[in-house]
Amino acid sequence: MTNHWIDIKNSNAVLVMGSNPASNHPVSFKWIEKARENGGKLISVDPRFTQTSSRSDIYAPLRFGTDVAFLGGMIKYILDNDLYFKQYVRDYTNATFIVGEDYAFNDGVFSGFKKRTDDSHYGGKYDKDLWQFELDADGVPKRDMSMQHPRCVFNLLKKHYQGYTLEKVSQTTGTPVKDLRTVYENFASTGKADRAGTIMYAMGWTQHSTGVQNIRAMAMIQLLLGNIGVAGGGVNALRGESNVQGSTDHCLLWHILPGYLKTPRASQSTLDEYNKAYTPVSNDPKSANWWNNYPKYSVSLLKSMYPDVDKDKAYKWLPKVDDGRTYSWLEMFDYMHEGQFKGFFAWGQNPCCSSANASKAREALSKLDWMVNVNLFDNETGSFWKGPDMDPSKIKTEVFFLPCSAFLEKEGSITNSGRWMQWRYQGPKPYATTKSDGHIICELMSRLRWLYRNKDGKFPEPVLNLGYHLWQDSHGYNAQKIAKLINGFFLKDTEVNGKKFKKGQQVPSFAYLTDDGATCSGNWLYCNSYTDQGNMAARRNKKQTKMQANIGLYPNWSWCWPVNRRILYNRASVDMQGQPWNPKYPVIRWTGEKWVGDVPDGGWAPGSKHPFIMRKHGFGQIFGPGRADGPFPVHYEARETPVKENFFSKKLRNPVAMWFKDEEFAVADPKYPYVCSTYRVSVHWQTGLMTRHMDWLLEAQPQMFVEISKELAGQLNVASGDKVTVESIRGSVWAVAVVTERLRPLKVMDKEVHQVGLPWHYGWQFPRDGSGGDSANLLTPSVGDPNTGIPETKTFMVNVRKA
Amino acid sequence: MNLGRRKFIKLSAMTAAATAFGGLGFDLKPSVAQAQLLKINWARETTSICCFCAVGCGLIVHTAKDGANRCINVEGDPDHPINEGSLCAKGSSAWQVCENDKRVPTPMYRAPYSGEWKEVSWDWALDRIALRVKETRDNTLARKNDSGQEVNRCEGMASIGSAALDNEECWVFQAFLRSLGLVWIEHQARI
Repeated sequence: MTNHWIDIKNSNAVLVMGSNPASNHPVSFKWIEKARENGGKLISVDPRFTQTSSRSDIYAPLRFGTDVAFLGGMIKYILDNDLYFKQYVRDYTNATFIVGEDYAFNDGVFSGFKKRTDDSHYGGKYDKDLWQFELDADGVPKRDMSMQHPRCVFNLLKKHYQGYTLEKVSQTTGTPVKDLRTVYENFASTGKADRAGTIMYAMGWTQHSTGVQNIRAMAMIQLLLGNIGVAGGGVNALRGESNVQGSTDHCLLWHILPGYLKTPRASQSTLDEYNKAYTPVSNDPKSANWWNNYPKYSVSLLKSMYPDVDKDKAYKWLPKVDDGRTYSWLEMFDYMHEGQFKGFFAWGQNPCCSSANASKAREALSKLDWMVNVNLFDNETGSFWKGPDMDPSKIKTEVFFLPCSAFLEKEGSITNSGRWMQWRYQGPKPYATTKSDGHIICELMSRLRWLYRNKDGKFPEPVLNLGYHLWQDSHGYNAQKIAKLINGFFLKDTEVNGKKFKKGQQVPSFAYLTDDGATCSGNWLYCNSYTDQGNMAARRNKKQTKMQANIGLYPNWSWCWPVNRRILYNRASVDMQGQPWNPKYPVIRWTGEKWVGDVPDGGWAPGSKHPFIMRKHGFGQIFGPGRADGPFPVHYEARETPVKENFFSKKLRNPVAMWFKDEEFAVADPKYPYVCSTYRVSVHWQTGLMTRHMDWLLEAQPQMFVEISKELAGQLNVASGDKVTVESIRGSVWAVAVVTERLRPLKVMDKEVHQVGLPWHYGWQFPRDGSGGDSANLLTPSVGDPNTGIPETKTFMVNVRKA
Repeated sequence: MNLGRRKFIKLSAMTAAATAFGGLGFDLKPSVAQAQLLKINWARETTSICCFCAVGCGLIVHTAKDGANRCINVEGDPDHPINEGSLCAKGSSAWQVCENDKRVPTPMYRAPYSGEWKEVSWDWALDRIALRVKETRDNTLARKNDSGQEVNRCEGMASIGSAALDNEECWVFQAFLRSLGLVWIEHQARI
């Protein structure tokens, strides 16, 4: 989230699209209701009339997977009706930039497209060099402040969406034209200085082959309306797990190291080469270009892992990925399915139910030599070898199940969706013999270190030189010590920015990190979370100034990255003089001497720096030349779709999306005529691994169901309560039919399209009698977004028949 | 009487509760007071944050001071500025995440081609895992790639997980994996 949960109350228009907070983030709804009490409108756009829709002021249905068309229509509506925030767009976004002559977009494809080569998992690849901005002699982007230049971003944007008329959008999304107009009109009303609109989205937007572009399209709308940086605005991802924000910040992902630093590539053989590759250079004195600090963060990370090792040497030890290659989830399971891995950790995760195309994941595990599964309860992954269609006597995989402690039984911090790092204390001691995940990791590490110290082994240096002593005390794993290490401390007496520090002192904030090895910091974004003043995440002080209280900022409650800034890009909430666009809900204000309110995005005087400090040029990116599938979002059909053609271009699907060559897909296939998506319910969570084992919750929702419209149920002769089979080209599950008005057939390209929906909380392993059913992910495809590889589990084609 | 909708619902709920408990034929007040006392006298109170979605609701946790020192109650933290004491159905059930006889008490092992789990000790399991990790790393660690570039990566091991870990655990887990040379590192955030 750019903003945070409480801030939703400051919104005049809360758009909920690609999420269902009433069911899945129920307590957040408190703040939506506060916004409504203040006169704000709740707008729900969802294929299904959800619990959120039932409390909304405005509801519009749409077909699964057509969000870019819906949002593209909104962009056109804003531009046609002159509803954008002119000063903000001109001064704070790249709308004025001139794009080079090589950029082109013709019939659904951008310039620079090359078709798939044999060894790639992507449909193709773009040469992004063709989408660059025109620069002046100093290397600063040329701008046309009048926005008249035919190749300025603003005019390219207009041209790009000129075809997204209400009628055409409606034909694609199935949303009635009048509903489109109502949503557009209401949300676009926030383009005024004293109004703010927010977006709350979740996996309903990410899990598509156009997932990133769904979010890009919305971010562009928020920039056009001046809604980024302000109270009640922003782009807000409702993260689904209590610490998925933290686990992402600490980068348990192939492509990034803690603090969103890049995983080194094989061609970057030295630390200098690596830093040079990822440190952007801007010659514009008004661009803060914050990432120019990259080497300070990368060196401090290396020193946190290897405090006693020279930084250049430590860099050499880091594993490198090959240039031009990706190593993401779907590829991992594809590779595993080919038998390429020997060992596997499935730590606090249940891929046999959560992975798209789950039967492929289940088969893949049988190709391993060994697997370690860490969890609270036995589950479909740990016990995969005795699952459906498995013959244990033919499965070689050696499996270790390690039972971990529950969250209440340990101390440590987690980071919520609003980036608040909150400390948890230990309640009861660990159950039975269970150990915390931290203890398990440390005890495993200590054994490996013993082995590498005492037995012959390959390349022992990175294992033996880890600053492992900084992770523990005499009782082993110690969360407080690691929290201090993540913040970072001084490794020697030194002076930074005119301030003297002693060895061992905590680094007060990332402004004091250095690239010479004098500081360590496990994650620069968390530097300032555990200072010499103590553990900031544990703070429970509700004190705030009147200005802070007005927007519910709570700066002294817990801690928020970066540097306790509660609303990101808040320099965009004020004009060039530092005065808030919206005097009723100011986030920051320049008093003439200093900033008051939230922690500003840099302390420079107003107007002296461009507000989007994490961007090289300092501007919000309406034109995004860094995306794999183009600088502007395009409507493409999902990999599996009920239609044969795309109304907007000749290109049916995202040409650069990820899919695997040997897999088949249902495209306008009469055998799989219904569009399907997965979702969640209030009483269950994710694969249900935890909630199915909790009696109170299982009783409330005991088994797999499928929601079917009355119209489709009539055609299929199915009544509520009937057992039906739902099948895709990859597999089938049984489900109890729930015949409902929540889903209705939509008119798409003059044809009736039926949609059905399934929760994905169930699995064969528990309840043990099989009464729960199995995972909806047995039906979903191994198709991924080209930027992230996130699987397309929110649109696929199925058939439904009586079981 | 001029009642807002919210107040009206509240009032109806209270009336319903009074009616329901009224039928029991005894006064509930002393029992409620007794329950409160139990929490205060016999339990240690700590705060936590809910383990389910990422709203980050504050919890108050009561742990018995005697007996098995188990958790006896979890409720919403009224001081917490986000949830102000309220919790959803899952959060209200958080006690059952911890106090649950379906939890696995000890490590388990499934040998190749075996049809069953076997209980094992932590020492046995961790010793054997460490050996398997080392063996796999030693056999599949590539100092160089096909183009001869130095890569120092372990190609035969992959890891997923976990957003269920605390921040500090996530950090040490990534350090653990990267020191072993893993590049195939993924978790919930990808799916």
